[in-house]
Amino acid sequence: MARFFPQNGLPCLMPSSPFDSVRQVFRSVAATVVPEAVRLDEQGWTELEQIIAQALESRPAGLRRQLALFVRALDLLPVFRYGRTFQGLDAARRNAFLLGIQDAPLLLLRRGFWGLRTLIFMGYYGREEGRAETGYRADPRGWEAPR
Amino acid sequence: MIERQYDVVIVGSGAGGGTVAEELGGLARDGKKVLVLEKGPRFADSEFDGRELSMAPSLYAEEGGFLTAEGTMTLAFGSAYGGSTVVYTGTSMQPPERVIRGWGVPGLDFSDLESRARKYAEENGVHLLPPDLLNENNRLFVEGCEKAGYKAEQFPINVRGCKGSSLCNLGCPNAAKQGTHRVQLPAAERAGVEVVTRAEALRIEERAILVRVQEKKPGSKGLPSEWAPGEYRIKAGAIVLAGSAIGTPALLLRSNLPGLSKRVGEGFTCHPAHILAAEHARPITNDVGHPKSFFLDRSVEEGFLLETCMYFPFTTAKNLAGFGAPHSKLMHAFPRLQMILVLACDKAVPGNRVAVDRTGKPVVHYRFTPEVVASLIRATRASARIFFAAGAQRVHAPSADPPLLERDEAPAIDERIHGRHFKEGKISVSAAHLMGGCGMGSGPSDSVTDSYGRVHGIPWLRVADASLFPDSLEINPYLTIMALAGRAAGKLLEDKAWQ
Repeated sequence: MARFFPQNGLPCLMPSSPFDSVRQVFRSVAATVVPEAVRLDEQGWTELEQIIAQALESRPAGLRRQLALFVRALDLLPVFRYGRTFQGLDAARRNAFLLGIQDAPLLLLRRGFWGLRTLIFMGYYGREEGRAETGYRADPRGWEAPR
Repeated sequence: MIERQYDVVIVGSGAGGGTVAEELGGLARDGKKVLVLEKGPRFADSEFDGRELSMAPSLYAEEGGFLTAEGTMTLAFGSAYGGSTVVYTGTSMQPPERVIRGWGVPGLDFSDLESRARKYAEENGVHLLPPDLLNENNRLFVEGCEKAGYKAEQFPINVRGCKGSSLCNLGCPNAAKQGTHRVQLPAAERAGVEVVTRAEALRIEERAILVRVQEKKPGSKGLPSEWAPGEYRIKAGAIVLAGSAIGTPALLLRSNLPGLSKRVGEGFTCHPAHILAAEHARPITNDVGHPKSFFLDRSVEEGFLLETCMYFPFTTAKNLAGFGAPHSKLMHAFPRLQMILVLACDKAVPGNRVAVDRTGKPVVHYRFTPEVVASLIRATRASARIFFAAGAQRVHAPSADPPLLERDEAPAIDERIHGRHFKEGKISVSAAHLMGGCGMGSGPSDSVTDSYGRVHGIPWLRVADASLFPDSLEINPYLTIMALAGRAAGKLLEDKAWQ
């Protein structure tokens, strides 16, 4: 394990990402959920994935396995509709496919996608740069902060 | 196992436990041993940095991600010295007479509750913010309500020296919010009450409680526990449970005490909520200033409440429906966003309850009734009208498909925002007003405690938190919890049976 410096600035051991085994699929899904993520460099992706890994560190190992399995399923399910894996689809079809999953008749699929998109948002907007992009400027000094 | 002995042990340090601790300060001054056990840590003032991803996981149970068993709603509740009073916005509403009388709890005197709530409101500096400290996010709500034919009301809040950081839900970085961590617990400790943090109550036995004190994890926020890590068995003359509407029923269910009512865990309610956002043409002041200064009470007429709010980027992103370009566009409009929190006034119904899994962990079962869905839809429609009346260009409504309504769609609000789009697992629903599970009533067949929180059939065991509510309170609950906790503490001091 490498050393990782989360936002509180205190060093800790880097937790492993649940998406290590499906990294490329995960990144394709993440870039469909947050289109700006395509601009992330390797360091940005690592930061995003580490935020998620840290959030899941205290969760049961079974949950982390389920998440990886769900991402793998997202890659394979489009084969039945488009004849290609998720990674083989263009951006428009990736979007259409995930919209279908978000609206799936099966609660399990909807919940799985809701959980995954939540983690992606956490990873993306949890980064200093992601937060800054939105224009959010809250400051503990409140009205006294220069704006 | 380390053995300790106390006269009174209080489990939990939030609105309920903190209040009981203060009220029992006299006992401590008289030489009795009073102990508060808090599962979460105590924080140094300097640790409140206002950063979403460092504060939320530190302050909230399950890092803010507690999901119902159905996986369709997240429940937010604090886990810290001061409980959820550390992370709420300080909104301090008097107990609503209509609701309290409607509960029909024998012996629960409304005027007693009201006078106790007034005492705590005064103690915590509850007041209305002056107009010059209100931001545009709040002012636009008032303006929109007026134009849409509603009357917004101002929230009394318990702040002293509020700088308007807007970060209340991450713990005030300026020590302005007067939760129990600022008022009642310090007063109790000055009187000699002992508070032990990172101390999880595992099980209750006959006049005893088993506790595990956790070690502080390296790199985590919060101070180490006052006691050495390990397991303790604490004997007590009386035990007061104030570990929240989830923690208290779960602890009782784990303990399986003989004679306990079968109603433990039943009657859970929570005000299911959506966060709505609307985009204005120009930047507004939204991420500075107190975030929750106004509300619209439509509980009687339409079964909902609307409250102003302002959340942080990740929380906002998670709560907006959808993904991709439309979602990103709205996120990047943050400086122009107005937000409203819609809350449904749900009722206690069979099946919505707190249980424990085979490891003893709390599990909350909650299904949205058709009435709750209808309330959320009515609330969302009303919010859309208010947003457009306030001048918003587009409104994001999770129960619309697609979720963005442009201004020219305002006449079609009722058609666009519709119950057919409320799909569980697709729409984000969260709740922070967790109530019930150890409801008050007349006897063990209909309730867990009497109106003073005395557990039926177990004279040394009391409850003093929101789990006492036999049904929804229909407003923000903190002052009512404090008032009920004050009553429970007063009765404990009167009773001699446990001593």
